[in-house]
Amino acid sequence: MRHRNLVRVAMPVVVGAIVIAGCGSNKSSGGTSGGGAHTVIIGMSAPLTGPLSALGLGMKNSVDLAVKQANAAGTVKGWTIKFQPEDDQADANVGGQVAARLSSISNLVGIVGTLNSSVAQQEQKAYNDQNIVMISPANTGVELTQGPDYASGNKTRPYASYFRVSTTDAIQGPFAAKYLYTSGVHKVATVNDQKTYGAGLTAQFEKEFKKEGGQVTSHQTINPGDKDFSGVISKIKPTNPGAVYYGGEYPEAGPLSKQMKASGLDVPLMGGDGIYDPTFIQLAGAKSNGDLATSVGAPTAALASAKKFVQDYKAAGYKEDFSAYGAYSYDAANVIIQAMATALSGKTSIDAAARQAIVAAVGQTDMEGVTGHVSFDKYGDTTNRVLTVYKVTSGAWAPVKTDTF
Amino acid sequence: MTQFLQQLSNGVVLGATYGLIALGYTMVYGIIQLINFAHGDIFMLGAFGGLLVYNHMPTGMQDHILIALPICLIVGIIWSVAAAVIMERFAYRPLRNAPRLAPLITAIGVSAIIEEGVRLKYPGAKKPLPFPSLLPDGFFTVGGVRITWASVSVVAVAIALMIALQAFVLRSRTGRAMRATAQDPDTAQLMGVDTNRVIVTTFALGAVLAAVAGVLQGARLGTVRFDDGFTAGLKAFTAAVLGGIGNITGCVAGGFIIGIVEVMATQYLPHGSGYKDLWAFVVLILVLVFKPNGLFGEEVAARA
Repeated sequence: MRHRNLVRVAMPVVVGAIVIAGCGSNKSSGGTSGGGAHTVIIGMSAPLTGPLSALGLGMKNSVDLAVKQANAAGTVKGWTIKFQPEDDQADANVGGQVAARLSSISNLVGIVGTLNSSVAQQEQKAYNDQNIVMISPANTGVELTQGPDYASGNKTRPYASYFRVSTTDAIQGPFAAKYLYTSGVHKVATVNDQKTYGAGLTAQFEKEFKKEGGQVTSHQTINPGDKDFSGVISKIKPTNPGAVYYGGEYPEAGPLSKQMKASGLDVPLMGGDGIYDPTFIQLAGAKSNGDLATSVGAPTAALASAKKFVQDYKAAGYKEDFSAYGAYSYDAANVIIQAMATALSGKTSIDAAARQAIVAAVGQTDMEGVTGHVSFDKYGDTTNRVLTVYKVTSGAWAPVKTDTF
Repeated sequence: MTQFLQQLSNGVVLGATYGLIALGYTMVYGIIQLINFAHGDIFMLGAFGGLLVYNHMPTGMQDHILIALPICLIVGIIWSVAAAVIMERFAYRPLRNAPRLAPLITAIGVSAIIEEGVRLKYPGAKKPLPFPSLLPDGFFTVGGVRITWASVSVVAVAIALMIALQAFVLRSRTGRAMRATAQDPDTAQLMGVDTNRVIVTTFALGAVLAAVAGVLQGARLGTVRFDDGFTAGLKAFTAAVLGGIGNITGCVAGGFIIGIVEVMATQYLPHGSGYKDLWAFVVLILVLVFKPNGLFGEEVAARA
């Protein structure tokens, strides 16, 4: 056997890998039927497959529920609402393709999504160019609404058609920092996954934690998809932190917590809403008791305003749980539906003016949603700044403190 | 210094896994010059096979790692070997004499089929699944370096398998047939070697090693995911190329080098933990610039 030129062998492999990574989209659409003469579409971009699909499917079902209810009640007179969810696989590139596809649909007026801030960043412009309103139930990356220079106080809203019903990392990170510091942890190490969400959340956390007087002993990054964290943990351990703050999502946070405890770094791991999921506890194992997470809003199950949503969701018989963002997705969909009810009454077709009217109507939203009062500030951020700290207690997330920031 | 040794031990454990997977790449390449891009997924399948049987064990059995681990390993191996044999028979053998690009693209296709198959059909595999800790608990400390028994078992098993493989290739009849096929398949066939059987055996051997790596990594890290094969496969492929693809010793060395580079980058380079993959590839490029055939590429004798 002779050695062939390695480059000749390796090139097609690399090219092939890129092609594979770029391809693939799973279409699924949950249609609904109703009585209106004309059809208007609400789209969704969320991870319906892949490691984050638990969150994405909860979002999808909740919007589906809102659309079905609106059609049954005839909320938008003369129109039937159709729901078209698309799978962004939590990947910014796939998100770009989803946005191109959805924004070219002539009777689509609104998008609920995305889950990931990094994906939203890729999609915002496509929708904004077509005056399609986009409301995220989950994006917490600050620059999505306040521009890239928000940290230096120079806040500019990049896209007028983008709104969110979740609060931002500018609130969530500091909220966590304050909670940790007041609970007696004065030294933390931070780890983040370098995505828009994780890095932003960590930066906001560190800023507030230092302001409170705390010390950040180590600042580490990992890659999404990593599983072996022994190197990072060994590096952090000698700095003796009282907790590790993780900016990222549960597929990495779970194993990180488990490996921390196995390597003798026996301190709580704290994260944002990205780790607030039952799967985190499954992955982190029995020693995750004491780990902490913040999440936007008050616990869905505990909200009096969400009781009906929870009942309706159960009654509709969806296979998956509504998950962390279900109630927010439901509210986001209803905001769009309300805006359509005002803007589309008497109209028979969707044009740029109709879409602009919907964007304007969303901006004026003032309604009681299942997650609380819903309205937006001049950046498109929610005015509902309620957050909750959850702690893993005997193998389940239990709310320990709900507060406004 | 303690810190250095601690990280070195982390790197060795990581490298042992890479090395085990890399052997499958290198053996198949050695025999039929195919980069079996689906090999990473064979690794993932092994872990999922082990997990499936674990979840169907009675609770009493699950708690005894000496019973549960071997069963998981055996079932994982069966899954991986079955997949490898089927894929060789139906995807690669018909393309044995086709231009080299054809089997390579096929390999990528097979990889996608396995990954998506697991994602869609394996219960709960759309999310990362927790994997039971089947390795011994606890740890010991040597000069301030904390070493878990789990890591020791992973490295011990990996090295034992590597030695066994080397002995098999160098001493057994089948091993000799493998080496003959690697040198010249046509002549080997004329000398009475059943090359088809040898090739299947090679795929199966690679799958055994990958399955063991899969189950051990799952047990050590506590999680498996349907797309684990992709990154692990890419790293292992890098290790194989680094050591000189086709060369068993080089491939093992490559695995350890990649593993150690990753953790050392984490420890000593700025932003190292986020860029550790980058440094692994930088090392690969540097080696290829100066030794285009990889570190052990010129040594022909030990090739399988």
